[in-house]
Amino acid sequence: MDFRLTEEQQMLQETAARLVRSEYTFEQRERYRESEPGFSKAFWKQLSELGLTAVPFSEAFGGFDGSGVETQVVMTELGRGLCLEPYMQSVILAGGLIDQLGSDHQKQTLLTGIASGEFIAAVGLQEPQSHYNLDDVETRAERLENGYRLNGRKAVVIGGHQAVKLIISARTSGEASDAAGISLFVVDADADGVERQIYPTVDGLKGCDVFLRNVTVPKEALLGTLDEASPAIHYQAGRAMAALCAEAVGAMEEAVKLTLDYLKTRKQFGVPIGKFQVLQHRMVDMSSELEQARSMATLAASVADDGDSVARQRVLSAAKHVIGRSGQYVAEQAIQLHGGIGMTWEYSLAHYAKRLIMINHQLGDDDHHLEVFSGLMETA
Amino acid sequence: MNINFTAEEQAFRETVRGFLKDKLPADIAAKVKGGRYLSKADHQRWQQVLSQQGWYATHWPTEHGGTAWSAIQKHIFDEEIAAFGAPRSIPFGVNMVAPVIIKFGNEAQKQHYLPRILSGEDWWCQGYSEPGAGSDLASLKTRAVRDGDHYIVNGQKTWTTLGQHANMIFCLVRTDVEVQPQRGISFLLIDMDTPGITVRPIITIEGEHEVNEVFFDDVKVPVENLVGEENRGWTYAKYLLTYERTGLAGIGGSKAALHHLKQLASRVQKNRKPLIEDSAFRRRIAALEIDLMAAEISNLRIIATVEGGGMPGAESSMLKVKGTEIRQAITDLLRRAIGPYAQPFLEEEMAFDYEGDYLSDIDAAPLAAQYFNMRKLSIFGGSNEIQKNIVSKMILEL
Repeated sequence: MDFRLTEEQQMLQETAARLVRSEYTFEQRERYRESEPGFSKAFWKQLSELGLTAVPFSEAFGGFDGSGVETQVVMTELGRGLCLEPYMQSVILAGGLIDQLGSDHQKQTLLTGIASGEFIAAVGLQEPQSHYNLDDVETRAERLENGYRLNGRKAVVIGGHQAVKLIISARTSGEASDAAGISLFVVDADADGVERQIYPTVDGLKGCDVFLRNVTVPKEALLGTLDEASPAIHYQAGRAMAALCAEAVGAMEEAVKLTLDYLKTRKQFGVPIGKFQVLQHRMVDMSSELEQARSMATLAASVADDGDSVARQRVLSAAKHVIGRSGQYVAEQAIQLHGGIGMTWEYSLAHYAKRLIMINHQLGDDDHHLEVFSGLMETA
Repeated sequence: MNINFTAEEQAFRETVRGFLKDKLPADIAAKVKGGRYLSKADHQRWQQVLSQQGWYATHWPTEHGGTAWSAIQKHIFDEEIAAFGAPRSIPFGVNMVAPVIIKFGNEAQKQHYLPRILSGEDWWCQGYSEPGAGSDLASLKTRAVRDGDHYIVNGQKTWTTLGQHANMIFCLVRTDVEVQPQRGISFLLIDMDTPGITVRPIITIEGEHEVNEVFFDDVKVPVENLVGEENRGWTYAKYLLTYERTGLAGIGGSKAALHHLKQLASRVQKNRKPLIEDSAFRRRIAALEIDLMAAEISNLRIIATVEGGGMPGAESSMLKVKGTEIRQAITDLLRRAIGPYAQPFLEEEMAFDYEGDYLSDIDAAPLAAQYFNMRKLSIFGGSNEIQKNIVSKMILEL
């Protein structure tokens, strides 16, 4: 057993870390956030020039067949920088779905563009009523002679505001929460009948709700097999969950570091507040939570690219559950230990706290994944 | 023992309800219930209604225009205020500086300031914390030096809640640097329009402007604005903090928030049924309701102890910790209830006069912001760690 990164993985980590350090100070991030795309297109270009947007894909698409571990390495550095680019949405989710399900033609036209960073794609998998259940799909796709007609609404599509292509889940048969009967379609974001209601998010990202009104797509827009998209959606959501866990670890590491520095420098009652035992123990608890999170992010990364199995699903839900809980603990205690200063917009800590809480609202919170895990748990 | 409210107390509750039913403006109640921010004008409008009824100064003796209510009556009033969605009074004038003026101020100060608080002419803010003096409040450095008929004040205050609306600030200032920190502090009343005062907004985690920094640069304050004796300010400050903490348990507010949570969870869907029917989420709500029930009785037990008219001591610290933990847990569940829709940051929808379509539930937009805003509860008014120090020292004698 060896938990160390390989030499190549270390190089990848150093590349990502160096780029984030030089391009993503908190002040730079605030500028990117306030800009129209809501992230740095220059940074996205640098990511792609270094091959980072192609990490999970095969050499044919400029990638190096990266596993969950390579993704973990990149995502942790992006988390450390509170990076705003839609890496998880475009590369891991959209790219992953096309890689898994796409025809040769779809891969050539779409995956090439995603992997090279040439354009951004986003995924619309959840709906207003779906909560975190990705099989709860009311959006409908009706069969036309030469294609499909889509009607419905997809909720909180992060990165969707800048996406050129949207991958949309829609029901082609079955009842609203059946796993069977869900299909995936590639939709041009500017197609007739597509309306995006764009908004910023609490943690500084941008996204949109996507309204589909009689949107017609050709039959080549179908991604994968008709009615059978659910397992692929869950599989790719699992990879994205592992990526979110890695991102959270990067953000938690920074929040813990900022808090520890504060305990050593902030003086009250004539001593650094880190001299008070109650705060020492709290800091220890935060560090322990971070260790637990790190372990689960590593475990999740190591199974993320395995073939689909109940064992894999269990680990991924367990990891997302731990990350949700530990992320919230670290976010709340980091604020508490900083006092008022931890609640100010102009100090980076508040933004780490917001991202950590919002990661819990992406692809299922700790309650949701506890329920999933309970359902899959081995009982003896 | 009979822990039920007496017939008189029940009758009082009905009177309060009748008043709120008649006089509470519907738009203000809707804002409070929907978690929207209140404007200065909203607060002032409601204050006028309370003042006209003679119910604004619930902590004051009748000679100054107070209600002379018992502790139980005040509790019933606070509970009904929260249940109806009436705003909690901004405490800095009526519930913080006024009790200090009444107890320690001179006749001229009582005559001048108390009517102006009742009428709403003065909006007070609090100048306690400084960048270097938070939990260790006694280490404050804002300096007041006597110069003839004036004090010359220099320094900086911070976390000044709603200071942007205020025309008066009460400040703890250092008047003697030679003695033990607690013995060199004085309590000054300062007009915010005095030259040399600058108010700078602090934007907090959720993007709101609620607190401020206040800078003092050679600010001339007449000596008659000193409350009580010079260098006795720490005593007055501690007296005031007891008042502050009593209200911080926020039981009424938590009950209203729990009600809001149940309503929201009845509308939001999970697995094609209302979220409140989801057993895991329902248990979370139930556990909080039980905690709140216990905290309410603890609150009432302490209130009953001081029914004679005194103030609770270190027990209020215990209540502050429990009460704020419960409130924070409710805001956590409110945020969780809306699932993915906790993410959108919809400033327009948070405004009360918004007339467009709502992205998801009508009450969803402010929930994440409120969750983050409510992190302040365990920090302000003496952090919960400081409250536990007080309990361990004063009650447990550790």
